[in-house]
Amino acid sequence: MNAAVVFGLCGAIAIGLGLYGLITNPQPLRKILAFNLLGSGAFLFFGVVARRGAAVGLGGDPVPQALVITGIVVAFAATALAVALLLRLFEMTGAATIRADTRSSPADDPEA
Amino acid sequence: MTIASTYEVALAMIVLGLAAWIITAQKSFAAAGGFVAYGLLLPLVWVRLGGIDVALAEAAIGGGLSGVLLLGAAARLGTTETAVVAERPGVLVRLLASVLSAFIALSLAAVVLLLPDPGPTLAPAAVENSAATGLGNPVTNVLMAFRAMDTLLEKVVLLLALIGIWSLVPDRFWGGRPGMRHEADPRGVLAFLARLLPPLGIVIGLYVLWVGADHPGGAFQGGTILAAMWLLVMMAGLMDAPPISRRWLRLTLIAGPGIFLVVGLGGLWLGNAFLAYPSAYAKPLIVAIELAMTLTVAATLGLLMAGVPERRA
Repeated sequence: MNAAVVFGLCGAIAIGLGLYGLITNPQPLRKILAFNLLGSGAFLFFGVVARRGAAVGLGGDPVPQALVITGIVVAFAATALAVALLLRLFEMTGAATIRADTRSSPADDPEA
Repeated sequence: MTIASTYEVALAMIVLGLAAWIITAQKSFAAAGGFVAYGLLLPLVWVRLGGIDVALAEAAIGGGLSGVLLLGAAARLGTTETAVVAERPGVLVRLLASVLSAFIALSLAAVVLLLPDPGPTLAPAAVENSAATGLGNPVTNVLMAFRAMDTLLEKVVLLLALIGIWSLVPDRFWGGRPGMRHEADPRGVLAFLARLLPPLGIVIGLYVLWVGADHPGGAFQGGTILAAMWLLVMMAGLMDAPPISRRWLRLTLIAGPGIFLVVGLGGLWLGNAFLAYPSAYAKPLIVAIELAMTLTVAATLGLLMAGVPERRA
């Protein structure tokens, strides 16, 4: 078993753990955390594929590596937007839940 | 390839331990803390996988910015935690979720073990064509030339995320300053570091941008370091976040993708293709785009972190 396989298995388990957290944890912030974990596991897969493509003196195939850098930026942008949405939801309703039956009453919300 | 060393196996175990902690920790703040540690260990994994450029990006974003963002959100939402925990799904749902997750993890593990040997690679093609741009770092070549479209769209996504955040502003604060005003002891450690580190950080950020042409580094990694310096100064209360209506701020935000787009359209006009660089000017054009992009990345990341405007200008 070489390093690429070890980290590949690590990525697979991270994806499994992230998916479990995403489904079972009711807190939106924990879902965002779990989704980031899931994403980092998927990125590791790119790393494994890049490592296995090491050739002509390079430590890895640069194409999947470049794709992951792009992926990391996009994942961060999505996380920042999700956190902003969550904080705004908390500000408007006083609760941080995505359950369908909780609604803010207009009286609580100066914007409405 | 070599056999995995004890170090690599131990590193994978610690990373997985932290991953389990992120999911199972009782308090969100503790989970977010675990995520920071996880994000700082992941770059070590990337170094072992031969991706130094990715390790730099992961350390700056995964461990740094995402960590700060999620810790801040966890601190703000701390009071709501007990109420939401009660909405935890029942045993059956959790059981089904664990079966599904285990199935997916095992399938992916099987994929890792069954990958073809030797793996397919585009590394020879990337090295062969590097003369076309004059850059020595193959990852920068892929990002800025061979797959420049991805990078251009990524910058647009960053901008869209920021527009998304700004669209959450209550009407009365439109054009105002993002986030709360930070106060720190002017004679404390934070204020001291916020005076000491930025000059060094700015030099390091520009250095990482410049060496990115031939060595690990690049516009994104450099821009993130600059953003971190800006955030440090804002968090120490030495400088306030700028109102989002400022024209110079908005011009900085579109400078990177704007220049990228102009150069890309120029390629179309000069007869080759969209985003094709004239080979005599490839390197200066790429460096110019990267300079603009570094500034844009720094400003965009800083504002993404600062969040929704909550005060008047």
